[in-house]
Amino acid sequence: MDKIVVDRERCGGLGVCESLAGAYFETDDEGELVLLRDEVEPHDRDAVEEAVASCPTEALRVHRV
Amino acid sequence: MSTVDRVTGAAPFVVVGSSLAGLRAVEAARQVGYSGEIVLIGTEHHLPYDRPPLSKKLLEKGSSDGRVTPPHFRDAGYVQDGLQVTVRSGVPAVALDTDGRCVILADGSAVRYGCLVIATGARPRQPFDSAGQLSGVHDFRVHEDSQAVRAGLERGARVAIIGAGLIGSEVASSARTWDAEVTLVEAQEVPLVRALGATVGSAVADLHEENGVRLLLGACVASLEGVGAVEAIRLDVGTRIASDLVVTAIGVDPETDWLRGSGLQLDNGIVCDANLWTGVPGVFAAGDVVSWPNGQFGRQRLETWTSAAEQGAVAAKNALDPATARAYTTTPYFWSDWYGNRLQFVGSPVADEVQWIEGGVGQGRRAVALYRRADRCVGAFALNAPGETMKLRALVGRGTSWPEAIVFAESRARSYLARQ
Repeated sequence: MDKIVVDRERCGGLGVCESLAGAYFETDDEGELVLLRDEVEPHDRDAVEEAVASCPTEALRVHRV
Repeated sequence: MSTVDRVTGAAPFVVVGSSLAGLRAVEAARQVGYSGEIVLIGTEHHLPYDRPPLSKKLLEKGSSDGRVTPPHFRDAGYVQDGLQVTVRSGVPAVALDTDGRCVILADGSAVRYGCLVIATGARPRQPFDSAGQLSGVHDFRVHEDSQAVRAGLERGARVAIIGAGLIGSEVASSARTWDAEVTLVEAQEVPLVRALGATVGSAVADLHEENGVRLLLGACVASLEGVGAVEAIRLDVGTRIASDLVVTAIGVDPETDWLRGSGLQLDNGIVCDANLWTGVPGVFAAGDVVSWPNGQFGRQRLETWTSAAEQGAVAAKNALDPATARAYTTTPYFWSDWYGNRLQFVGSPVADEVQWIEGGVGQGRRAVALYRRADRCVGAFALNAPGETMKLRALVGRGTSWPEAIVFAESRARSYLARQ
């Protein structure tokens, strides 16, 4: 199972992840990233990995647990 | 040998340009399983680093004092050791030989390529012929520029910024964290028209004066004054503005001079097809340097972080596996941070009408505006409304009709108020 981890210190609330995988990531009114769910479904893996790789502040990781 | 390895034959996969797009190109090459040699050629004496912080965090007081290395991507050593990339930094490419399939470098050496991604970016326009003759006058593109401007701010310099675009505005914002006396000089009557349109460009300009910056619009700089070091700028109407630090930020031009005579089509960048292909066998382009047909938005050359990153990856994949090449389309997105306000824009600012949905522009205030062209919503602006931006980006990307977009944005605005 792959789990998404957010580094809150680095996250800039820019929303690129939300654009690429909106079922997992949402930016709130204050620019805080909300993880809608943190366990990655197998069929979403590509989208989530793209979101992780595309983060402008390198704040996202996927951990295999 | 895998499919992607066969494409380059015995010659390496070469990327010219070692910033964001170039980095993403070499990363993507490894991601799709290319195991051959990769050469990354760059003008700067650094491994790839991130540019947005140069005018923002790294320039602000108290955030990063004494920092001397640029904000590298990922970990040190990642490019050379992790990705197994041969880095040729500090040596600009000066010519491209598409018949001989090689890139000629400034030191006279030739680098053969099996396939090539060009990501040479853009370079700042120069407003003065004589700028280099006075100290204290800086462009703003590379890490050294940021460091030099920061050093001036540390000394308590009075700052004149020429150009009230995104970079000039961010430099003004960061300079105010040092309590610097800042004058922002813009040749147009309304700033940021190309990026945000006149309605929003005019509204956000007020943020400068609210934050103690003197903003001069429709003002042309005639000359720089000083002996050895800059002492003032002189406007064409005669006004003298004393300044010991001058930052020029009047836009950039695509870095294509080195490609003259190469056979590549150049017209405000390297002219490519939808797949970022130049039309020359094995040669693709990405980042600020590429002009390509972007779906509903038509032919564009973007200067945004997200498009540079994505184009780098797409160009590399298309170069290495042309049989599965795909078009790159994006709903453009950029952000800018001024005085603690976040500005975000998605889509196109070329509009028949701009409508404010909520709030009003002002320090710390929240505002959203939609842009209409014909019967569709083609763009959206958000000030301090980060929760709206990506929903509006998706809406614009879908080609949503104007009435439907208004209903959506107004409904979101009501939900926001209900949450307060």
